[in-house]
This record gives sequence, C-alpha cells and structure tokens, in this order.
Amino acid sequence: MAQAYTPGLKVTNRTTHRTKRLLPISGEVLVKKGDHVNARDVVAETFMPGDVNPLNMSNLLSMPPADVHECMLKKEGDRIKAGEPLARTKGIFGMFRTEYKSKVEGTLETVSNVTGQVIIRGAAQPVQVKAYLTGEVVEVIPKEGVVIESEVTFIQGIFGIGGETFGPIRMACKSHDQELTAELITPDMKDAVIVGGARVTDEAIEKAVKVGAAAVIAGGMDDQDLRDFLGYDLGVAITGSEQVGLTVVITEGFGDIHMAERTFKLLASREGSDASVNGATQIRAGVMRPEIVIPLSEEDLKSETEAHFEPGQLKLGRPVRVIRDPYFGLIGEVSDLPSEQHVLGSGSKARVLEVKFDSGETALIPRANVELIEG
Amino acid sequence: MSKIDPENINVILATDCGSTTTKAILIQKVDGVYRQTHRGEAPTTVEAPFADVTMGVVNAVTEVGELSGRKLVDDDGRLIHPANGTDGADIYISTSSAGGGLQMMVAGVVAEMTAASAKRAALGAGAIVMDVIASNDRRRPHEQIQRIRELRPDMILVSGGVDGGTTTHVVQIAELIAPAKPQPRFGTEYTMPLIYAGNKEAAKLVADVFDESIDLTIVDNLRPVLERENLGPARDAIHDMFLEHVMAHAPGYDKLMGWTHAPIMPTPGAVGNILQTIARLQNINVVGVDIGGATTDVFSVFDEVFNRTVSANLGMSYSISNVCAEAGMENVLRWVHFDMDERELRNRVKNKMIRPTTIPQSQEALIFEQAVAREALRLAYIQHKEFATTLKGVQQQRTVGDTFSQQVGGQTIVNNMKLDLLVASGGVLSHAPRMHQTAIMLVDSFEPEGFTTLAKDSIFMMPHLGVLAEVHDKAALEVFERDCLVYLGTCVAAKGLGKVGKPCFSYTIKGETLNETGEIAFGDLKLFPLGPGETAMVTIEPKRGFDFGEGPGKRVQRQVKGGTVGLILDGRGRPLALPEDMVARQSTIEKWVEAMELYPEMQAAVTA
Repeated sequence: MAQAYTPGLKVTNRTTHRTKRLLPISGEVLVKKGDHVNARDVVAETFMPGDVNPLNMSNLLSMPPADVHECMLKKEGDRIKAGEPLARTKGIFGMFRTEYKSKVEGTLETVSNVTGQVIIRGAAQPVQVKAYLTGEVVEVIPKEGVVIESEVTFIQGIFGIGGETFGPIRMACKSHDQELTAELITPDMKDAVIVGGARVTDEAIEKAVKVGAAAVIAGGMDDQDLRDFLGYDLGVAITGSEQVGLTVVITEGFGDIHMAERTFKLLASREGSDASVNGATQIRAGVMRPEIVIPLSEEDLKSETEAHFEPGQLKLGRPVRVIRDPYFGLIGEVSDLPSEQHVLGSGSKARVLEVKFDSGETALIPRANVELIEG
Repeated sequence: MSKIDPENINVILATDCGSTTTKAILIQKVDGVYRQTHRGEAPTTVEAPFADVTMGVVNAVTEVGELSGRKLVDDDGRLIHPANGTDGADIYISTSSAGGGLQMMVAGVVAEMTAASAKRAALGAGAIVMDVIASNDRRRPHEQIQRIRELRPDMILVSGGVDGGTTTHVVQIAELIAPAKPQPRFGTEYTMPLIYAGNKEAAKLVADVFDESIDLTIVDNLRPVLERENLGPARDAIHDMFLEHVMAHAPGYDKLMGWTHAPIMPTPGAVGNILQTIARLQNINVVGVDIGGATTDVFSVFDEVFNRTVSANLGMSYSISNVCAEAGMENVLRWVHFDMDERELRNRVKNKMIRPTTIPQSQEALIFEQAVAREALRLAYIQHKEFATTLKGVQQQRTVGDTFSQQVGGQTIVNNMKLDLLVASGGVLSHAPRMHQTAIMLVDSFEPEGFTTLAKDSIFMMPHLGVLAEVHDKAALEVFERDCLVYLGTCVAAKGLGKVGKPCFSYTIKGETLNETGEIAFGDLKLFPLGPGETAMVTIEPKRGFDFGEGPGKRVQRQVKGGTVGLILDGRGRPLALPEDMVARQSTIEKWVEAMELYPEMQAAVTA
C-alpha cells in the first residue's frame, strides 16, 4: 500500500474559503447574494426570547394557587414595568390588602391555576451575526444566514482559546524558533494579531491583554502557562467561549515547540494584512480547529498558488509532523511506507512509516502519530 | 420489518455505527452453533461531506463480505436479504451512537427520588444525561430555566410524584420547562419530544402546560410508589422517541431503519441488554466497563438489578486531561514505578487531548497511559457505586435486632464481594499489548474482593449481541460465550488490611495442569498459569481479619476459571492502599509489575 489517509492541519497561502454564518434561531438576513461584505459587517440578526422570571405568587401573597388569577392586576400578554403593582389580594372587606410590585420589567406570559406561578418574560435580546470573513455573499439561506466566499491565506492551528476576532498581522518574533516573551509585546500592538515563533509564555499573553491586542499566535504553549492564564485546568478541548480578553491560537502543540517554519514565513509574508482569527476548538466527532484567515488583496490575487498535494494522502516525500513523543514536534518527510505491522517499543503492533527528519536522521513512527502538513 | 423465525436464521449481519467507526460483524451457524466468523470496519459517514450513515455501513459490510467470501451488498449498494447460498444474510440489525449518541435532559420533583429514578431510566436506555432538574436541586427557578435554555437535548424525560401524590410540584417542573422553550440539536424543524412518566393524576395538568413546540408522550409513572421503580415503560418510550425523532433526523438513518430487521438501539442500551441477559441466565452478578476516548460507561447487574452510569469527561483521549485534573497527577503517578517529569507529562497529556488518535510508541508512554486508565476507571466506578443504590425515600421497618446495623435507604447495591464477572472493553483495555496489563488495570481500579472472573470483550461485540438478544437470544448467548468474551482468568483477593510481609492467607490449588500450595503475605501478588478453558479448585484459608466471602478468617473453596492471564492471588488487601513514601511506593509497584509479568521486554525504540 503506497498511501494512507492521515488528516493534517491546513496551511496554505491561497485557497478559496467559504464560511457559513447562521443565526441560532430564525431571523432576518440583512445582505443579498453578490454583496461584498467586510468581516465586521452584520449580515443577519434576530431577537432571542427574553429571560424568564418565575414568581410564585401563591406563596408571595399567601393565597391558594386557584385564587391567584383573580388577584392579578395585569392580564397575560400585558407589559409591566419594574415597581408597578402586579397583583393585589382582596383583603378582608376591602381592608388589609397585600400587594406585590414587580421587581422586573417585561411581559406577563402565564399565570398558573395549579401552582400559582406567574411568569414574566424580559425584553427580547438582539442576536447579531457578523460576516467574519471579508468577501462575497455567494448564498443566502432565507431566515437563517449566508455563505461568504473569499480567496484567502488560510492557517489552521491545533488548539485555541477565545472566540472570533479581527486585526492586522504583526510579527513579534524574528524567527520560527524564537520564544514569544513579554518584552516583545509593545503598546503599538493594540488591536493587532500578534505572531510569535516558538512557545508563548503566560507573561507575554498577559502583556498582550494589557496592550489590548486582538489575538496571539504562537507555535506552542506550556500547560502550566495555560492554567495560569485561564485560572483553571482545562479538562476537555472544547473552547471558544472564554472571555479572557483576547484569542490565543497555538499551531503545533503544548510544550517548548517551534512554529513550523513554513507557517511562520507565510504569516510573515502577510504582515500588515487584516486577519480574522477564531480560537474555537472542538475536538470531538465533527472536529473544529482554530483558524487564521487572511483575505487576499487584488494585488495578491495576481500571484501564483503554491503547488500542493492532494489533501489527506500519505505519500512518499510528503511533509509530516510527528505528534507524539519521543519525536514530538519534529518535522520531516515520508521516506518509506512499509505495509506490514511493526512491534513498537510499547509492545503494541501497529502500522508505521519511516520519516526522514531535516537533520538527515530517520525513524520509524506509528502512522497514527504523524500528521500531514497540508497546503 | 419482516417477521423473524429464529429456526430459519443461519446468517446474521450486525453493525454498530459509532461516532468515528462503523463496525460490522458476521455471525453464522457452524456445526449447529452460532459463531462470529468475520468482522470489518469503516469510518462512520454521518457527517459532511458524506452525511449518509449507510455509506459507512455499506463500506464496513463490504469488508466483511470480502473477508468471508460472501456477497452481502448488491450492485446497487443495498444489503442482500435473505441468505441464499453464498450470498446475503438472513437478518440485519444495528446499534448507533453516531452524532454524539442520545442526549437527554431529565427532571423530577425530588433529586434523590423521582429525579434519580428518571435518570436511571434514561441511562438504562442508553442516553447521556446532560442535566437533572429537580425542585430541590438548590438552583433558583430562573437559574433552572436558564440552564434548560442552554442545553440542547434530543429529548426530555419528566417524572415526579408517586401516583396519587403531589401534582403541584410536578406541574411546577413542567412550568419551568415550557417557557424555557428548549431548543433541539438538530435543525429548526425538529419538535422537542418530551416523555412524561410521573404521577398519573398530574398528566392532564402537565399536558395543559405545553404548547405545540413540544411533542408530549405520556407513559406509566416510573415511580408509582416510593418502594418500587417501574422503568420499563419510560425506557421503551425513550427507544421509540429515539427512532422516531433523533434517528430520523440523523443523515441517512431513515434509509438504515428501512434495512434493519429490529429497531436500531442506542449502543450503550444494547450493551446493557446483553449484560442483563447473561446475568439472568447464569444467575451471576456482573460489572461491565467500556472506557472510551471521551467517556467511560459502567454497567452492573447485582441481584438482577441493572444500573448504568456514563462518566462524561472520564476518557483516554478527548478527556485525558480531565482525568488527570480530577484524580490529581499525584494519584496518576502513584501507579508508575519510575520517576517522570511532571511538567513534561502535563504537556504530553494536553497533546494527547488535542491529538486524540495518537498511540503510545514507547514503553514509558504506555505505562503512563495505563496509569491514567486506572484512575479513570477508579473514578468512574466510584460514580457508579454512588448512583447504583437502593431506593431512597423508602420507609423501612426495623426490629430490635437491627439496632446496631441500621441501614438507611440509598445504600449502594454494588458489592465487590458478590461480584462474579468483571468484563472490560474499550481501547486501552482491549488493545493493551499484554492481557496481563488489562487484568491488573481492572483489579487495581475495581478492587474486586473474593473470587472474581475477569474477561474482556474481544472486539467490542457486546452492542451487536445486545440488539441480537432482542430478536434471537439463543444466537446472542452462543456467540457471547464462545466468541465475544476472552477470559483473562480469575482474581482471588483478600478483603481486609494487615501489616506488609505478615501472613495473609494460605492456598491450595488443585487442577489438571496446576497443583500448588503455599502462603501469601500481606502486600503480595502472585500469578499462576491457568490457561483458557482450564479450571482448578482453589481452597483459601484466610488469616484472622481477612475475608474471601464467607466472613473474616473463614475457609473458602471455589472452582475457578483460567484464561489468557491465569490465576491471580491478591494479598494486597482491600481497600487497596499504596505506601505514602515515593521510594517505597515505586519499589512496591515494581514488585507487582514483576509478579504480574506486565512489561517483560522494556524496549525503548521501535523494533522491526
């Protein structure tokens, strides 16, 4: 067998990228097919039903649930302001009445005869979806959202935290193997997507938050630094909703590890361009990796695309990255693909491949422990 | 679905559509008995770009067809039915956990009573329970509503009140769910199924609370009286809703449902089914575990009472970082008999989490991964024991004789001394390079007491057999006995604690191939060869304070089964304790590693 399927991360200087931008519930699409949109433009919006405030009126006014209905001063569907009387008991011969004033604003939704529970629904909350990608609207999904297409430089990271953000690319490191430390982060990097080389330290991320950077991209990160920054130990890799002041994307993995030189050079070649970055990572079925998307300008579009391999095929000569110890992080190319299973040092049997590293050395690695560098 | 006549079934095709892999097996009648003959697998195709689960099924079945020389798929890509000569299969059945399985939210009035019963019903049906809402769950009503809004379950199960009991509290629960308008995972077209299995007198009132956005099904109360659970109707309704709603919305499942000759079951529900069948027919107590990448499922049947728990976020790849965080790295490393750099390990754990399909290449990486597995299994079993309890809220009659042994409701029914069979499945257990490693991982984390047979599911066939048991229990049992279980052997373990090095018990082993007598000191572990299919009579004379099932110090004699590992005599005591001091601990673990012949060839690199 000369080839096998090993998915990898996509790193390419030019590709046609499509992104689907959908509302969580039905709403209104604000753009039409053929429109050119900027990343920060709102393309669809809707209103989520407001928060629900349940009140046990039966307990609040000390009366049987069945009596609550006739003591209500508002009908179902009525608007109510904070401080406005909502219900009043009949009292004794009209005296000693107890009143309940609403503490919240909203609409009276239901009054239960069984439990005496009253539900007040708060004001509807607007939900907006931004374009995220600068490009052309190629499809409108009525009431749901749009599909936007653009020619971009596209880089997938391996892990990230924080959600969608935008900013110009700024190179903070001079080479792919330079550590990204706090002193390399300067105040003029406000709103920028800062690119480091090797590992990024916790202090550097803290400094980036302080200067107001949009995102930090680096080769690796120490688990301890991630814990210090987040304030907790991340149990499962489902991220994107962290509110930590910026988005972080690492391209290779955890530990002292360099960014792949090709990735670094590609980012450096796009310095100054606006990038859309999303740290959301979901490592489950339907895997989602963080990404850096840099739309190409008219000028860039004239350039040639680089030669690239068919995606997903493990073939002789293909660049691969080892993703497990003892060779973790090393990059090389496939030099042999033996078909028979080999006994590993662990005692397990597995299919392997031979990788020739940049140093000229070769090693047999389980096929499960490499990933293609796709482009 | 055509009617099945068990007598005319000679070829059975079964698939399990998992989140990542679809596994197919072929069962054929060989010399009058059913045997599993071939297996194949292919990536599951439930997600884009394929978005049709039947493609993965056809690929996996095609592989089985190629291996068996039997044409199972016709030129149009349809399964051939019935069997005719060398073509086709008589019946085709399937289970599924693709797309994240069945995800449910359950609600009840009292967390420890009706809500607990509802959770048991949902778990028993094979669901992942996302949250349990109860009147007394310490959350305020608006927090509960907010939580319901955030969840995106496939369906909801509501219970509450015994028949003739509270109606107000039950309706109150419904009134929390209705305004939250829970959104389903699949599309906007999907109507949220809600099963009501509470106080029958409140059913009408509950129905009035919901509008057309909820598809309400009312079944018998799952806790009609406090003293009894009646989970069957709720479980059946969950299975029906699973097919009608969840499966019908998963890509390609409408087609797949037309192919199968029995309803598609959620994978864990099917595993529970086969374990209950075995426990009932052999009159034994069973614990089964399936440790996956993201979750660990534990199943138990004690005195015919079935329980299942899913420990979400205890797993060996996606959740490995969570295992280390929950157990603590010091608890993981206590199983490792050499020094390891903790910072380096933490990075490795995170790298496994973000690249979950990698495998340990070196012996050191394997030993660490097996240490993590012990902790994941230990934590999952603790959760299971806490969940599998006698019913809470039951009034108990006591006599004077009970004064000193007062038991309250809610005691765990898991009793390791009564456990007869412990079955392992899941990658780290099933694919360990040596089965000795599988056996010791089971013993270290489950801590069986007395006499316990250890086995593993050879190729994760239990789901297939679980659904097969529904239509052809004879075939399911024959295959379970002959091909599904690989017996590792028997563990004979002392309950009690003593001083290391002091006598714990003496033993006499009499068998055709094994005849031994001797004494085991406290803290020692000894392995005897007793191969697959062999048995031996073991007599244990415990020292004072040690119990093997007949009481402390009482003699016990039992026949034990051999297996690929053999007979393990475990004098380490229960609960299993390791020395506090690191040097002493490492040397103790090293002694056990040698006794169990765990890693005979310490190789550092790949050898051809």
